[in-house]
Amino acid sequence: MHRLTLLVALFLASLGTCADEVQVAVAANFTAPMQKIAAGFEKDTGHKAALSFGATGKFYAQIVNGAPFEVFLAADDENPARLEKEGHAVAGSRFTYAIGKLVLWSADPDRVDAKGDVLKTGSFKHIALANPKTAPYGAAAIEAMTKLGVLARLEPLFVQGENISQAHQFISTGAAELGFVALSQVFKEGKVTGGSMWAVPASLHQPILQDAVLLAKGKDKAAPAALLTYLKGENARAIIRSYGYELR
Amino acid sequence: MENAAYSQDLAAVWLTLKLASIVTVLLLIVGTPIAWWLARTRSAWKGVIGAVVALPLVLPPTVLGFYLLVAMGPNGPVGQLTQSLGLGILPFTFPGLVIASVLYSLPFVVQPIQNAFEAIGERPLEVAATLRASPWDAFWSVAVPLARPGFLSGAILGFAHTVGEFGIVLMIGGNIPGKTRVVSVQIYDHVEALEYTQAHWLAGGMLLFSFSVLLALYTLNPSRRKAL
Repeated sequence: MHRLTLLVALFLASLGTCADEVQVAVAANFTAPMQKIAAGFEKDTGHKAALSFGATGKFYAQIVNGAPFEVFLAADDENPARLEKEGHAVAGSRFTYAIGKLVLWSADPDRVDAKGDVLKTGSFKHIALANPKTAPYGAAAIEAMTKLGVLARLEPLFVQGENISQAHQFISTGAAELGFVALSQVFKEGKVTGGSMWAVPASLHQPILQDAVLLAKGKDKAAPAALLTYLKGENARAIIRSYGYELR
Repeated sequence: MENAAYSQDLAAVWLTLKLASIVTVLLLIVGTPIAWWLARTRSAWKGVIGAVVALPLVLPPTVLGFYLLVAMGPNGPVGQLTQSLGLGILPFTFPGLVIASVLYSLPFVVQPIQNAFEAIGERPLEVAATLRASPWDAFWSVAVPLARPGFLSGAILGFAHTVGEFGIVLMIGGNIPGKTRVVSVQIYDHVEALEYTQAHWLAGGMLLFSFSVLLALYTLNPSRRKAL
C-alpha cells in the first residue's frame, strides 16, 4: 500500500512540475502553422504548449464533456461563441486569430484549372471534403458548390474525411482525384507546395472566421494567457500570414 | 426526429449486415484451407504464416488502414493492378471495404478453426485412410464434421468483429451513404454532431447485439471457449 501511495504522490508531483504547460485544442487546418507558433512560443516564453489536432465539432463535444483543454483554436466562430455562452469558456477572451481560405486542390498538377471549371466539366470519380456536419471547411465547400450550381452533380462523388486533414490525406494519396482543403495545408512560404489548385473566391461562401478562446479550465493560469497574447503578437501573425490566412 | 435521419441510420445498419455477411462467407472459404494447413503442416513456414495471419489482432487499425489506403490508391501496387484490370481503385468502394474487412477479421476465423482441426488429431484421419477414404473425402466427412464447433465460433466471431470495425473503414471508406457508411461510422458522426439521441439508439443496439452474439457463443457452445 505504501508503494502505491508513493506512486500516486510521484504522479501528482509530476503533474505539478508541468504547471506551465498549456493544453491546446487546435483545428486540423491550423496544424502546420500552430506547430511553428508553438515552437516560437516555447522558446520566447519558456512555457510549453501541448497541442491536440482534430475536428472543431469533436473538440466542442469533448470540451463540454470535461476535456482538459485550456485554449481552443477553432476552425469557426460559432463553436467558441457557444462555449462562451454555455460557460465553458472565459467571457470576453474570444478573438479571430485567422481567416481561413478554402481551395480546390489536386495532387495532379494538370487537374485543377485556374478558374475552377473542373467542377462543372471535369471527369473524376471522387471529390474529397471534410464532413460538412462537423467541419467548417466542409460546410464552406458545400456552400460554394451550391452557389456554383454543381452540388447535385458532385454529391454522388463525395468522399468525406472525418476532418480537413483526412480530406487532404485522401487527395494527397491520389485516392480522390481532387477535393476541398484549407489553403494552409497546401501553401507554404507564399507558394503552393505541389499539385494544382483553385482558390475558391470569398464571395462563394461565408468567411471562415477562426476564433480562439480561453477555456474555463485555463482561467487564471499563466501559460494559457501567455499563449493567447503570443497569438496576437507580430511573430505569430507573420507565421499565420505565411500559410495563406488573412488577418483582421 | 425526422424520417430522413432514421432512414440513414437504417441504411447504415443494412450496409453493415451486408458487409459482415459477405465477409463471413469469404472468410470461411479463405480461412478454412489456411487453418487446415496451419493445423497439419510441419513446414518451417508455419510460424511465419501463423504470425502474419495473427497480425490484425495486434496492429492498430490505423496502421492497416493507412497501408491499405496507400496500396489500393492509384499509385500503390494493388491500385495499379485493379486499374490495369479496368476495375478502377478500391478505396471509397464497397468491394474495397470487403477486402479490408477480410484481412482485418482473418485471425478471428482462422484461429478457432485451426484449433478445432488440431484437436481432432491424426487418429480419426488415419482410420478414415485405412477405410480407403481419399484425403479429400476424409476432410469433408471426418475433419469438417468434427471441427463444426470451430467453424461456428469462427463464423460468429468473424461476423461480429466485422460489425464492430471502425478505424479501417474511417481511413479508406470516405463516409459514403449506402456504400461505406457503416454503423460504427454513423455513430461517430452522430456523436461529433452532438446528435446524442440517435447515437444512443445505434450505440445501444450495437451493445445489445454484441452481448447477444457472445452470449450465444458461450451458452450454445460452451466447450469452444478454449478456441477463443
